[in-house]
Amino acid sequence: MNSQLELHRTVTTKSKISRHFRTLADQKYLLMMSVPFFIWVIIFRYLPLYGWTMAFQNYKPGKPIFEQEWVGLEHFKILFREQDFYIALRNTLAMSFLGITIGFVTPIVFALLLNEVRNMAFKKTVQTISYLPHFISWVIAASMITQMLSTDGGVVNDILMKVFGLERPVPFMSMPKAFWFIYIAADMWKEVGWYAIIHLAAITGVDQELYEAARVDGCGRLRKIWHVTLPGITPTLIVMLIMNIGWLMSVGFERQFLLGNHIVENYSRTIDLYALNYGISMARYSYGTAIGMFQSVVSIVLVIFANRLAKRIGSGQII
Amino acid sequence: MRIREKAFDVVFDIFIYLVMAFTLVITLYPFLNVLAISLNESVDTMRGGIHIIPRKFTLDNYREIFKYSNLTHAFLISVLRTVIGTLLSTVSTCMLAYALSRKEFIYRKFFTLVFVITMYVSGGLIPDYMNLRHLGLIGKFWVYILPGLINTYNMIIVRSFIDNLPYSLQESAKIDGANDFAIFRKIVMPLCKPVIATVALFVAVSQWNSWMDTYLYASSKPELSTLQYELMKVLTNTSAAQDASRIDPNSPLARRSFVSPQSIRMAITIVAAVPILVVYPFLQKYFVIGLTIGSVKE
Repeated sequence: MNSQLELHRTVTTKSKISRHFRTLADQKYLLMMSVPFFIWVIIFRYLPLYGWTMAFQNYKPGKPIFEQEWVGLEHFKILFREQDFYIALRNTLAMSFLGITIGFVTPIVFALLLNEVRNMAFKKTVQTISYLPHFISWVIAASMITQMLSTDGGVVNDILMKVFGLERPVPFMSMPKAFWFIYIAADMWKEVGWYAIIHLAAITGVDQELYEAARVDGCGRLRKIWHVTLPGITPTLIVMLIMNIGWLMSVGFERQFLLGNHIVENYSRTIDLYALNYGISMARYSYGTAIGMFQSVVSIVLVIFANRLAKRIGSGQII
Repeated sequence: MRIREKAFDVVFDIFIYLVMAFTLVITLYPFLNVLAISLNESVDTMRGGIHIIPRKFTLDNYREIFKYSNLTHAFLISVLRTVIGTLLSTVSTCMLAYALSRKEFIYRKFFTLVFVITMYVSGGLIPDYMNLRHLGLIGKFWVYILPGLINTYNMIIVRSFIDNLPYSLQESAKIDGANDFAIFRKIVMPLCKPVIATVALFVAVSQWNSWMDTYLYASSKPELSTLQYELMKVLTNTSAAQDASRIDPNSPLARRSFVSPQSIRMAITIVAAVPILVVYPFLQKYFVIGLTIGSVKE
């Protein structure tokens, strides 16, 4: 009886395995189309995670891993004592905050207003042109923005001097305290039209009968926007807002690197830029890794938290 | 009441049109201004006051930048990485997306999860760098192509598009004895043209615009420099360049041969932006398709 059961079990596992192989053989083309990329993702995306061990070592390039000196949490302790780190953290959070507020509201307002344009051809033209800057690189954008804000011949200073009667040009790019605002202005110049696409798509999805009902109730255009359009796109807005919270720590360094310079460094250096400076330029690999790891861990926690929150509110899952 | 409403409507319309006109001006002006400066004689530009029409038209600035052979070379590398990167990436993305779209595929869930996780977790700057160094890719052309071969977001866009196609087409092909690869190539891909265009353009634009990988992984190899990287160097070296501009611009020799860093910068900016601007009007509709597919499904 017992052995019979045993036999039965081996037969089923055997047949399970053979069925598995049969499926694999059946799906050989699907496997050929996906396994190479699975290997690719392991090599290029998962192998680097192993590099996190460097954060707990005094990593010296060229030595095998088991000969590296392990130092435990030493680099993290140094990190949390470093004043520069807190400045970088402040800058990261400040720029993220501007992104979540100004960077969130501006595209919504733009989309709502654009939706009110009645001339379809004009509407299309404005929209098409508004997201043109999204497709140029930040290098080009930074080059253009620097030119617009420059002290010799920049159009902003021209206007300030000629129209508003300022006596000398404002050196925007070398005013440390202005950097955060230049950053958000640049970001808006480049991305407002692009971010507005999603809102416009959501606005199109609002039930047209609601507008009709609102009109019958005697609502004007502003009240239609306020009572129909805005509530209609609120679910999308909530998801996007929560998602942005998830990206709080991830402002990156591209924009700051290109728009900043050594004069405004104290306001432009984000955590990524800090990690780049220490990690690669100064070859303090372990320290740089510790910074990156701190940032990743906080990011992951935030994303999970944001996702949970979105789910609870019932606006759909993000991940 | 009615009159007040009408009056308000008119005011509101005027307000909206003003906002839109303002948007158009601030979006387009920088492009036109940079173009005008790049086409204006460089010494004259320093007098200021160039807006959207060049005062003293010349092509010298462009001649000047292409005199440096490294810029021509950088242009070629940019084209090369864009073409090769786009081809390989698009094909890879579509193949993977197709395999992962098939409900009966045995590793569908597992592979999808493995890819989706990479959207949220990454090794970070230094571990990535070390990994590429171990792989021997630092300072090689392929460092522009391989690390970014598949973008999970693009893959999801393609997969969502395939999911929305009627499955019966694939089924009937299967009954006729077509294998999975043949179905992919002859049935699914032709139907996916719009989404392929979207993804190919996303990849092409990001390849063309990329400079960070050159900076991080290939900055010691001038022969691998790209147009965007050259522009980045000019941009961040402005202070150094300003020192160079202190050459006396009034000496006759200087007046003839001197090209200001500003003019150079603007000319490179235009050269780097032109391919995007050329492609843009024809294909911008595909970007919107891609974005809305992605956002609806996610």
